[in-house]
Amino acid sequence: MVKQLIKISFCMTLMLSLMSPAFAQNTTDTSSAKVNALNDVVVVGYGTVKKKDLTGSVISIKSKDFLQGNVTSAEQLINGKVAGAQITTDGGAPGAGSRIRIRGNASIAGSNDPLIVIDGTPVTDMGVAGSANPLSMINPNDIESIDVLKDASATAIYGVRAANGVIIITTKRGKNSENVQVTFSSVTSLSYNPKQLDMLKANDFKALVKSSGNQNWIKLLDTVNNTNWQNQVFRTALATDNNLSITGGKTLYPYRFSLGNLSQQGILKTGSLNRTSLAFNVTPMFWDNHLKVDVNFKASATGTQFANEGAIGSAVTFDPTKPINSYGGTWGGYYEWLNQSGNPIPIAPRNPVGLLNQKNDLSNTYRTMGNVMFDYKTHFLPALRMVMNFAYDNQSSNGSVFIPASAATNYTTGGYSSKYEGMSKNKLFDFYLNYVKDFGAANLNVTAGYSWQDFYSQTSNNPSYSANGTMIPNTGGLVTPSFPNIQSYFGRLNFNIKGKYYLTATMRRDGSSKMPEANRWALFPSAALAWRVSEEGFLKNSNTISNLKVRLGWGQTGNPSLPVDFIYLAKYTPGASSAAYQFGNTFINTLRPEGYNADIKWETQTTQNVGIDFGFANNRINGSVDIYNKKTENLINYIPLAAGTNLTNFMWSNVGNMENKGFEIMLNAQIIDKPNFTWDFGITFAQNKNTITKLLQVQDSNYLGVAGGGIAGGVGNTIQMNSVGNSINSFYTYQQVYDASGKPIEGVYVDKNGDGVVDAKDKSLFKSSEPTQILGFTNNIRYNKWTLNMTLRANMGQYIYNNNASNLGTMQNIYNSAGYLNNVHSSVLTTNFQAPQYWSNYYIENGSFLRMDNINLGYNVGSIFNKKASLRLSAIVQNAFVITKYSGIDPEVSSGIDNNKYPRPRIFSLGANLQF
Amino acid sequence: MKNILFKSLTILALGAGMLASCTRDLNTSPVNAITSATVYADFANYKPILAKIYAGYAVSGQEGPAGKPDIAGIDEGFSSYIRQYFKAQELTTDEAVIGWNDGTIKDYHWMKWTSTNEFVAAMYNRIFYQIVLCNEFIRETQDDKLAARSITGANADLAKMYRDEARFCRALSYWHALDMFGNVPFVTENDKVGATLPKQTDRATLFAYIEGELLAIENTLKDPKTNEYGRADKAAVWMLLANLYLNAQVYTGTAKNTEAATYAKKVMDVTGYTLETKYANLFLADNHKSNEIIFAVNFDGNNTRTYGGTTFLVHAAVGGSMSAAAYGVDGGWGGLRTTAGLVDKFTDTADKRGIFHTAGQTKAIADIGEFTNGYAVGKYKNVTSTGATGSNLTFVDTDFPIFRLAEAYLIYAEAVKRGGAGDATLALNKLAALRTRAGITASLASYDLNYIIDERARELYWEGHRRTDLIRFGLFTSGTYVWPWKGNTINGQSVETWRALFPIPSADINANPNLVQNTGY
Repeated sequence: MVKQLIKISFCMTLMLSLMSPAFAQNTTDTSSAKVNALNDVVVVGYGTVKKKDLTGSVISIKSKDFLQGNVTSAEQLINGKVAGAQITTDGGAPGAGSRIRIRGNASIAGSNDPLIVIDGTPVTDMGVAGSANPLSMINPNDIESIDVLKDASATAIYGVRAANGVIIITTKRGKNSENVQVTFSSVTSLSYNPKQLDMLKANDFKALVKSSGNQNWIKLLDTVNNTNWQNQVFRTALATDNNLSITGGKTLYPYRFSLGNLSQQGILKTGSLNRTSLAFNVTPMFWDNHLKVDVNFKASATGTQFANEGAIGSAVTFDPTKPINSYGGTWGGYYEWLNQSGNPIPIAPRNPVGLLNQKNDLSNTYRTMGNVMFDYKTHFLPALRMVMNFAYDNQSSNGSVFIPASAATNYTTGGYSSKYEGMSKNKLFDFYLNYVKDFGAANLNVTAGYSWQDFYSQTSNNPSYSANGTMIPNTGGLVTPSFPNIQSYFGRLNFNIKGKYYLTATMRRDGSSKMPEANRWALFPSAALAWRVSEEGFLKNSNTISNLKVRLGWGQTGNPSLPVDFIYLAKYTPGASSAAYQFGNTFINTLRPEGYNADIKWETQTTQNVGIDFGFANNRINGSVDIYNKKTENLINYIPLAAGTNLTNFMWSNVGNMENKGFEIMLNAQIIDKPNFTWDFGITFAQNKNTITKLLQVQDSNYLGVAGGGIAGGVGNTIQMNSVGNSINSFYTYQQVYDASGKPIEGVYVDKNGDGVVDAKDKSLFKSSEPTQILGFTNNIRYNKWTLNMTLRANMGQYIYNNNASNLGTMQNIYNSAGYLNNVHSSVLTTNFQAPQYWSNYYIENGSFLRMDNINLGYNVGSIFNKKASLRLSAIVQNAFVITKYSGIDPEVSSGIDNNKYPRPRIFSLGANLQF
Repeated sequence: MKNILFKSLTILALGAGMLASCTRDLNTSPVNAITSATVYADFANYKPILAKIYAGYAVSGQEGPAGKPDIAGIDEGFSSYIRQYFKAQELTTDEAVIGWNDGTIKDYHWMKWTSTNEFVAAMYNRIFYQIVLCNEFIRETQDDKLAARSITGANADLAKMYRDEARFCRALSYWHALDMFGNVPFVTENDKVGATLPKQTDRATLFAYIEGELLAIENTLKDPKTNEYGRADKAAVWMLLANLYLNAQVYTGTAKNTEAATYAKKVMDVTGYTLETKYANLFLADNHKSNEIIFAVNFDGNNTRTYGGTTFLVHAAVGGSMSAAAYGVDGGWGGLRTTAGLVDKFTDTADKRGIFHTAGQTKAIADIGEFTNGYAVGKYKNVTSTGATGSNLTFVDTDFPIFRLAEAYLIYAEAVKRGGAGDATLALNKLAALRTRAGITASLASYDLNYIIDERARELYWEGHRRTDLIRFGLFTSGTYVWPWKGNTINGQSVETWRALFPIPSADINANPNLVQNTGY
């Protein structure tokens, strides 16, 4: 299907290019980009405004300012460029997604992910089965701009889904030019794992086991081998990214066509991703330019080979004195820990190399998105526009997992084989009217409309099989699709007098099928005022102050994210045949009544924002400052219920309030501005303080809060606590006591409450995994034909639980009486801890860091091939270095709990960009 | 101009049409789901709902072994009723220690638990989950509701029988609440889901309620051994009453030993129940065949899967030099052992009930975290009486006995010795029968209460009785009787008397302002 669509689009493009005149001269603009032009168009949802007319807190990043290199997912393009947006990749796997937070966390249990709008279509944050990350399916090379809407006066037009901010992605459009322009770009990258976890080397491990262990330990050692398992599972990986785009079309049919292919290996062996993407866009005009039609089509096909990430943890703990291969040929020829009956010990780690090579985990995902927008300037009243937009976004996937019968992981079922399919459909219809009118010095711009969006998604639930095709009992079952629907009425009024005094008011009424009928509809209003002080007489002719604007905004938004559909409905759920109960000689499949909350409603958030935009010296120095206060009410939280009141003990309920206060600074300066030499410097700074202000209906000072942050070690253990008066994701630990030499004393903690006993009551809140300050630094330097771009990022005040050290750095961890050894984290040499001390604050480490995210050295070769083409070359280093006190591999851990993460690679790329 | 107007109107009309046709899409209803509104209209659904009530003691959710858990706030594998019941009743005593580092699990044996202990909370939540499940079914099977749904005749009779079995299950769980938590929130079928916050009841009132419920269904359930295996009959009601009365002094301050003896005797008089010839067979994969078991929680390696129940009891008890295959499983989890406190009760070397694995193990426990410290207990096995391995190597077939005939003997002997009306000679003979079955040849001339508490340990260890027994004999708290690591010292020490009740979990104290915490916490 995708192939067909590619064909069709390609043919259309060819036709359109034939209609245009021959290939033209190169028109590349080599001058340094104008910094923050006030007339830049900013996309704000159901319309655009000029930057100078903005009343809300909106940051617009254009493609020329995007990060370069091996970038597979759109959100990474703007990392470090937007004050108040924290973007943390989930690890280094090919196509991995990111945790995006705009102005901190606004919800405890609900989603904290911003709403993402691609070419006018809000997309679901749920990927389909087998998709690494929904945003990775859009080719970053097709993106023209990313606009980040931060405050509620800007986001409220998206109503119930806007509480976490809105990211609007606009793809590239055809240029209205006589010439056909062809661009080909190619980037080739090498990436590798920059740092290994500090586990003992084989000889040190042997020495420690011999000196500290008894005969049971020592007899499990192997004397001859010296295996660095981490070396065995990681590799230097290759990636290539090739993109071709064609733009052209006469006035009537501006179009753009692009084709891209990304082929990326993961640094964890066996993993790879291959994405072919296509985008086509044409924007013809009809009826004497009264009707503008915007047609967009995007398709991508992604093939992913998922490496077994279990190998990362296994490589860390597997006994370094063991060989990779055993000589018996069983278990696929890999060495495994066996019990007396010759079978793998169930709880022992599996051979890391075996884990990688014995699992074949493939998926193919397809996505097509498209929309047709009719923008009609009415004949009878040209100031009135009618805009109608039809859009769809379909994803489908299929995948398979195969593990041979010889693999130790699945020997009990004779290997494993399964297939799955997933799909999602997202349909959208928007209709709105826009009316613009000048009344002398005043300007009125009114928009009112209706939006309907329907989602449908499902994942197969097929039975699993052994390697030889025998069905594994009690696998597979019913498919439960999800199909939420959202309908909205919205309106916006923009009014300004003399381009000095601005008023923006928006209103959105949203209805969501996720809520019970009584709570289904809600109203989300916003209002903003702005005053362009620099337009006043006393500043108008100032040479120093070129721009000064004061903004005031207020608005309400919502967050309807519920992890379960139909939570308000009383239902019965059938049990699987493996959860049946024996009556006599018959096993009866059960029916279970479910807990429910008939009164569930959405979270509401109220934001106040005060901002100043400024520009000095003809805008050579410009920027903005924003101060905000976000209050979330009716937090949807998974809370314990009073025993005996519901058919479950935990339920999603609206209890609690939270606050995020902070300020943001963005500053850009053109430090040097000469014809042959320019230097632009930019800095973003964001400070956010999160406080949970209420968690119970009835305040109780003895109430601890909601535990969270599951750790590795034991089962069901947690390290974080969300409690009133503190930041979300605060660590909840014992305060470690140290001896005179500064060494932690095992099991000795401060008696915080002074009752003479150290018990659970002596745990206290200690730091949070959320950063208090986030900084980004950008340098763009151009000297003649050379360019150098650098992006640095820093997080301050964030703490990390070093779970690798706490779980693996104990003497008890070495020997398991089931008959195997584990490698031990080198922190044990300092602590000499015998038993795990999971809740010692010794393991809460300062995770502040400064990272050189991106260095990009470019050389503009200029015209080649007899001035028929132009060429640009670049060399890029990503993740060049990190400065941190953190003792683990990488301080940027989205959950704050560092445990066997897929490491972020260091990447070296070479790129070429050719334009005809 | 007309043309233009037409174009404009077309676009407007199209927009308006879409708008009108769409609003109804907000009224969606789930696919593949059964709503409460319809489920009781079909009598075929009644037995599956009853099965869930019984399964509530066995499995932890609707997927088996993991997925769609019944209760939250704890790892699903931990949340099994029997697993938590075992931990609360056994880990707190001389009969069991566990070596793992899961949360606050060691606080049980150290007697250091607080109101935030997640295992205490899991037990409490399991009990109330079970009670609410029963309430829902009892509410929906009231006579008037059955009639309104046209459930009549034989179906109506069956529905009423199911309802009374649900009342038994509710009484069983309320007994656990009474025994472990004392003063608990009280809800019945009259309290609708999500309605008002429950009021707290006291032990005497709850005792009377459970007694009343059991007496009300004593004659309506099926005769002993005539119901399907796994479902409660009259004998199960009698055993629960006997247990309730035996501990009445603890629960209400008034002893009811005559009643305890009376109800134990009713069970003893049922002709179908006989002692299993071989003690060890009571805890094997085919123990459902035993005529000694009166009421059990059923497990099956393929059809009733959980990481709790006997799957936990077999796997967690295997470690060290033990061969997992000999216990019918694919591997040990190396956690559970026992203390010298239990081992030393087996004074007669001929006693075959002490099923200990001693090779490579030390009797003393220097380190609770080390599996080889303390004797391992091989009582539960996933192997049948003929030596065949159970149906699955991970999930165990063995059923967990809740009530069995030997316990009726012990209750009878104890109640009579405590002054209840009964036949002292019969009591002595029944104790002798247990000794004979155990392989002890030395005869028993007489017995006292000390003999009973020790004999209960020998006969019923690891079956979930020990904490209740020690409390009844005044040995659980204080320093009268200590065992290794009681009070978190190697040889054991005195602990506070208020630990005879567990705390109401702090989560419930916070959620329900009607509740007052138990003394001491």
